[in-house]
Amino acid sequence: MKLPFSALLGLCLTAAFVLVAVFAQVIAPYPIDAAVGGVWEGPSARFWLGTDTIGRDILSRLIYGAQVTLFVALVSSLLSFAMGAFFGFLAVVRGGWIDMVLSRLVDLMMAVPSLIVALVVLSVLPLNLTVLILVMGVLDSTRVFRLSRAVAADIAVMDYVEAARLRGERQSWIIFREILPNALSPLVAEFGLRFIFAVLFISTLSFLGLGIQPPLSDWGGMVRENKDGLIYGKAAALMPALAIAALAISVNLVADWVLSRTTSLKGGRGA
Amino acid sequence: MADVLEIRGLRIEATAYPPGEAPRHLTLVEDVSVTVGKGRVLGLIGESGAGKSTIGLSAMAYGRGGVRLTGGQILLNGRDIRGAGAADLRSLRGREVTYVAQSAAAAFNPAKRLMEQVIETSLVHKVMTKAEAEARAVALFAKLGLPDPESFGRRYPHQVSGGQLQRAMTAMALCPRPDLVVFDEPTTALDVTTQIEVLAAIKEAIRDTGVAALYITHDLAVVAQVADDILVLRGGRKVEYGSTEQIISAPVEAYTKALVSVRSIAHVEKVFSDAVLAVQGVTARYRGTNLDVLAEVTLDVAAGQTLAVVGESGSGKSTLARVITGLLPSGQGRISFAGRVLAPDLAARSKDDLRELQMIYQMADTAMNPRQTVATIIGRPLEFYFGLTGEARRIRVQELLDQIEMGAGFVNRYPAELSGGQKQRVCIARALAAKPRLIICDEVTSALDPLVADGILKLLLELQAREGVAYLFITHDLATVKAIADKIAVMYRGRVLRYGSKTDVLTPPFDDYTDLLLSSVPEMRLGWLEGVLAGRRMASAGN
Amino acid sequence: MHPIVKLVVQRIALGLLLLLAVSFVIFVGVQMLPGDTAQAILGQSATPVALANLRAELGLNEPPLTRYLHWLGGALQGDFGKSLTNGTDIAKSIGQRLGNTLFLAACAGVIAVPLAIGLGLTAARYHGRWPDKVISGITLATISLPEFVAAYFVIYLLTQVVPVFQPVAMIFPGMGLWAKLHAVALPVIVLVMVVLAHMMRMTRAAILNVMQSAYIETAELKGLSPMQVIWRHALPNAIAPIISVVVINMAYLVVGVVVVEVVFSYNALGQYLVDHVAKRDLPVVQAVGIIFAAVYVGLNILADVIGIIANPRLRHPK
Repeated sequence: MKLPFSALLGLCLTAAFVLVAVFAQVIAPYPIDAAVGGVWEGPSARFWLGTDTIGRDILSRLIYGAQVTLFVALVSSLLSFAMGAFFGFLAVVRGGWIDMVLSRLVDLMMAVPSLIVALVVLSVLPLNLTVLILVMGVLDSTRVFRLSRAVAADIAVMDYVEAARLRGERQSWIIFREILPNALSPLVAEFGLRFIFAVLFISTLSFLGLGIQPPLSDWGGMVRENKDGLIYGKAAALMPALAIAALAISVNLVADWVLSRTTSLKGGRGA
Repeated sequence: MADVLEIRGLRIEATAYPPGEAPRHLTLVEDVSVTVGKGRVLGLIGESGAGKSTIGLSAMAYGRGGVRLTGGQILLNGRDIRGAGAADLRSLRGREVTYVAQSAAAAFNPAKRLMEQVIETSLVHKVMTKAEAEARAVALFAKLGLPDPESFGRRYPHQVSGGQLQRAMTAMALCPRPDLVVFDEPTTALDVTTQIEVLAAIKEAIRDTGVAALYITHDLAVVAQVADDILVLRGGRKVEYGSTEQIISAPVEAYTKALVSVRSIAHVEKVFSDAVLAVQGVTARYRGTNLDVLAEVTLDVAAGQTLAVVGESGSGKSTLARVITGLLPSGQGRISFAGRVLAPDLAARSKDDLRELQMIYQMADTAMNPRQTVATIIGRPLEFYFGLTGEARRIRVQELLDQIEMGAGFVNRYPAELSGGQKQRVCIARALAAKPRLIICDEVTSALDPLVADGILKLLLELQAREGVAYLFITHDLATVKAIADKIAVMYRGRVLRYGSKTDVLTPPFDDYTDLLLSSVPEMRLGWLEGVLAGRRMASAGN
Repeated sequence: MHPIVKLVVQRIALGLLLLLAVSFVIFVGVQMLPGDTAQAILGQSATPVALANLRAELGLNEPPLTRYLHWLGGALQGDFGKSLTNGTDIAKSIGQRLGNTLFLAACAGVIAVPLAIGLGLTAARYHGRWPDKVISGITLATISLPEFVAAYFVIYLLTQVVPVFQPVAMIFPGMGLWAKLHAVALPVIVLVMVVLAHMMRMTRAAILNVMQSAYIETAELKGLSPMQVIWRHALPNAIAPIISVVVINMAYLVVGVVVVEVVFSYNALGQYLVDHVAKRDLPVVQAVGIIFAAVYVGLNILADVIGIIANPRLRHPK
């Protein structure tokens, strides 16, 4: 099996981001929230990317920001995935009124853009990590629900699933042995997309001042803190934005590759 | 007299791009030569993958999806069109040579009226004026037996039936007075009683317009009715090329002989014994509808014998299978199996009921989980019903593979790595693994090429003789019925029209529908089509 | 009644029902979340008596359904009540800001739609060749960027590297059209970037889908020129999916606008919403939320209706 260059690049970059996030405390040269230099110092041997609007090391903050951003995005996309896939499969296998109620509920949630719903909900709820992760996870689970329901519904009408039912197999065999193995590769690619979406969503909320609250800081929040720097022409202020873009693009490249390897549902061994 | 089409040493290649793998180079057609004279019809026949459609389209210098015409000459009206420029190709496509596709339903633009599409070619090539083209189209509609020829063209494609659309496509091809028409399996998608009408209409239109034609099909009996010459293809190469009479009555090559003698399995019906399955007065409808898809169906399947249920699309024959298996619980009536009354709903049936009643599907592709190996597919029923595991299970899987004439090498393969016939054999083995008393076979041979289908039928008969299993054999193909059945039920619009032993059902006097159905099945002899049509005309004149 | 009229009416009725359900959820659902409006206004140090008084004044003691119906009745007549934080009339505050938001979205739409369709057509025409690969590669990159990241790249490029614009977009009544256009140039460029990628990809997919149909092959085999094939056979079938792509992307703009307005401190509806979320001014948030939702739902209904009307099977029933 040959890995195309774009996928290799995506995999390497994604792995690098994950390593940085996991070992942030070890790698970062300075503490997250200490003014260690002057205001808006340029890049130097001491501060590789310069300092920010109150003299904190931008590189260190970026490294800690990676930890917060990736953690929140990962947990909320895992949540959305678990919920969406579970209810999506449930809707197909049980059918009837369960399917009806779940599908209408999802229609209702998706009738309004997620950002608007999130803003309305966050105007009432307290702003903390748990609330953010829950809100993002629940809102995004609607998309996973639609996809897994569609994929599972395509598979559920296949003759081999009917053959298993005629054999008298239990529901658990049908879900885990007949449907799930065939639904896996589209769902894996979807997980990549959900993760990106979570990164963008939390960054946007933080940028609007409604996401991660100080002293913690993620990349979106850093863009907000440093937006004045840009007007003074400090390129370093762009770094957090660049980090978001790089992460999103690398995960996208991997997801694209997984998706392109997904053979049709009917035949082939696929990934 | 100059030939309309002459192909010399044609070679066609393509590059395949399987997802996630390196591109593969393929030679689709190699060293094929044919000639078609004015007013002559050449039949191209072969199994799927024989390259017959590819050759047909090469007569228009057209390669579908990256197919390249890489060698030889294609002489249309005396000049080589292989490698001709785009403008030259445009001027000859539609004017000198036209095309009739297999699926007219997809080949017509859904957003435009039929007349506009039928006369478009004539207008684009300025062959005639709009009024002339419309008059010719109406005349062609009439000749092809379309209803209401004057107003037929005002309809949209979705407003007419499949058989009518296929005839409209023929009119579209003939309208600009081309020299050559390529017919690409024009009747394959149609029911057998519709096929004969379309076939007759096409034949008459070809004769009356004096056009030359390439007629592509996988059915030798069909091509024998319309073609003057036949080219038999296999794997993109010529097998045999000769006049229709020679190919049908004196084939030289072994492959051609096999094609001609296909479906000649001699099966003598058995004397009726005790019923293993008895269906009594079953009526069924789909949820939310009030139309009976099955109405008071009563029939028996004898132990160790075959009941063939035959009918066209919409006859309810597949619904019958769903009712018997419990997927669609019947509304009224009673189904007894092996002396027990079966619960209407699948969920209420015992494990033994399920085990002893197995099913084989039309599309072996979708009947097997693509993520399971042959060992799992055949082994699961062994484990599920008999608790076989480990070595015992492995040995039994191997026995079953031997029974379906497949070796040990297949155990660890995935369905995608099997041929069409092998897939269907694995499905048979999976059904056999349950040691059933009855297997429902739903169109199990209709997706297969004739020779492969023949092999499957022979295997089924052998297994019946050895294991004593009964078959409920659902099919639209009467040749298959003759080959395998002990009893026959003819279904029409959800009812059993005719039911009895094979000899009784196939011996006159017939009811009207059975007569129509039986007489519509193409037979492999010259003049069959004319004979049937003449017979029908006399009958209607007599009435 | 013609069946197509029936379908369209059904679709619109369903959309209105959906909007009603959304308004119910935004109003009643939000009330059920943990959090106390009176407490939010008066702060943690408020006395219980003051809290009780304010609750009574705001009608918080009535059952949620009664309050919802009361609010809905007002909203339908253009009365969204008063802001909690500064007591101004919400409908009035919304009025002018809505105009500014629509101006921004309209400018972006006018540029993005023809550009996206043009690029989509080009990519589809040269499917698999270099123009397609270049266009698809660039759009894949921009599709991965959130609005505000794209915005800062554009700001850096066009105010620092090549200083042609101001990083803040201020417009006020009485400004000439040209001055207004110059002021909104940057946010419009950002919105175009964000919406262009989606719209172009969807347009390309819609056209490729049509171009792969069997009837296109039929047309080619009739000897029609590529332009004739596209005009006579591809376009009549592709027009409906393309229009629905455009409409759906106009709905995307609704979200993009919120973030971009904040980036450029553009005084319009999105900025107004975000400010009042931070201030926990629930009546304002509900009112603006419902307006955004209505626009979004409305555009989606429009896309569906166009799809119904364009379907020949429905227009000419058997």
